[in-house]
Amino acid sequence: MPQRVAIVGTGQTDHKSHRPDVNQREMINEAVVRALEDCEMTIRDIDAIIIGNMDHFESINYVDTWSVEGSGGVMKPIMKITTGGTTGASVAIAAYYHVASGLFDKVLAIGWEKNSESDTTAAIVTCSDPVWDRFSYSGAIPSLASEASAYMEQYGATQHDAARVAVRDRKNAMNNPHAHLRKPVTIEDVMASPMLAYPVKLGDVCPRTDGACAVVLAADGIAQKVTPRPAWFVASAVRHTYTWFGDSTDYDQGLVSLKNASREAYQKAGIRNPADELDVAELYLPYTYAGLKYIEALDFCAPGHGPRFVADGHTEIDGKIPVNPSGGVISTNCIGATALLRVAEAAIQIMGKGGKRQVHGANLALATGFGGCFWSDVVLLCGDRP
Amino acid sequence: MAHEYENHAPMTMRMETPMPYEWSIGKYGSRFFQEIREKNQFIGIRCPGCGKVYIPPRRVCGPCFKELDELVELPNQGAITAFSIVNYPFIDPNTGIQRPIPYTYGYIRIDGADNIFSHIIDETDENKIKVGMRVRAVFKEKDAMQGHINDIKHFEIVD
Repeated sequence: MPQRVAIVGTGQTDHKSHRPDVNQREMINEAVVRALEDCEMTIRDIDAIIIGNMDHFESINYVDTWSVEGSGGVMKPIMKITTGGTTGASVAIAAYYHVASGLFDKVLAIGWEKNSESDTTAAIVTCSDPVWDRFSYSGAIPSLASEASAYMEQYGATQHDAARVAVRDRKNAMNNPHAHLRKPVTIEDVMASPMLAYPVKLGDVCPRTDGACAVVLAADGIAQKVTPRPAWFVASAVRHTYTWFGDSTDYDQGLVSLKNASREAYQKAGIRNPADELDVAELYLPYTYAGLKYIEALDFCAPGHGPRFVADGHTEIDGKIPVNPSGGVISTNCIGATALLRVAEAAIQIMGKGGKRQVHGANLALATGFGGCFWSDVVLLCGDRP
Repeated sequence: MAHEYENHAPMTMRMETPMPYEWSIGKYGSRFFQEIREKNQFIGIRCPGCGKVYIPPRRVCGPCFKELDELVELPNQGAITAFSIVNYPFIDPNTGIQRPIPYTYGYIRIDGADNIFSHIIDETDENKIKVGMRVRAVFKEKDAMQGHINDIKHFEIVD
């Protein structure tokens, strides 16, 4: 039997578009120090470290080795996990595996990115096949815009429907002192913003952020001693779909990887009606249309009903299933940290440390990660020891 | 000592060095480029397990995890399944310089194929392009072809 595992501490930087005041190691260190403080541990308590960021973003390889003074990994087991947009969730899941295996009891998970240090789109383009896809591929925005164009065609969703997702997330970010964009927007603001790649406008997409996140995981028996209310792992799931962009872009099926991953997690957790049973969801929604389509893959509502579900207020902080009380990815996107922030924010909700962004009584939380070629990670956390 | 430096702005350092690579296209990928050069003809490959026809042709079907070898001729046309009109500047890592914008990135279902082919569509007016429209490949002159994906210049709308 695997060990039970809980998140006992989280730390994150105060996210900004440009942090020239710190180099990469120093920025990583800020998040690590805050995570250790959160659970009153020292780096000596940590048995192993998992760290990740986006390949090519800062043009330095082997973050596991060169960052050790920042991560605290000097003479400790440390490894790098890099899975694109899902990196942060994959880092959390790998740390979970480490503790669950029984080989380690206290593991530190770190995700980080200094988006300001490269041309983000040029770096993302290097994720595509150099022979077939790279010639026409232009990074995350048009890839997502293509998905949006197909979704709008299929269900009659509008740019106006999508703008509501930005309004919600940016409003929530006002309650998160760490968020990057802390200025509310209106539907009219989003509609009037410049068109980047039809139908996606500037107001529909996430920013480029410098930031880091760190999370401390501990085994059953230790977790309860470290913190009064640990956030227990109930399930995790990882799904990748295809190699080349055209291989399974069967848009009619929704976001297949997320559908499949969430079904596995729900089944493990005995969840039948996610929108009713989950208390809060921190979702990797890199652009507004994801806030309509991906909640369908998560079975919060039926296919095509995303726009109505959001418009009816079900995903607001006081709704049936609050989505992104942190302000989400549309407010903060330090990419290698972004999916770990989803996991950390889900844990913060369960630990009751959300401050102004706290969802009252949150006990069961969903976090997701999303990667550029439409792959997905899912983590379910619960206040009750499984 | 420390106070003397308090008002100095943090500095950054810039690198703009290109890094060359040379990628193998593979057995059937190479064949694909030879076919378009010699015959202006697309080829795909059929999986013996699931029966799916893939373009471009490759040696393994991911879901079935089977070796493929049945090449099939495909027409140079299909339908748009999704698209976006790219209208923001970014550095093209293939060239090291900014890619010309606007241009239309398109997912095209080639007739007879079960997956989708990504390329450029020669229409940047959002009022003149729609999901479902028919498109046809436009090729470079034979002598200008280099075994590169841009041997197909773009797809044009034929509706």
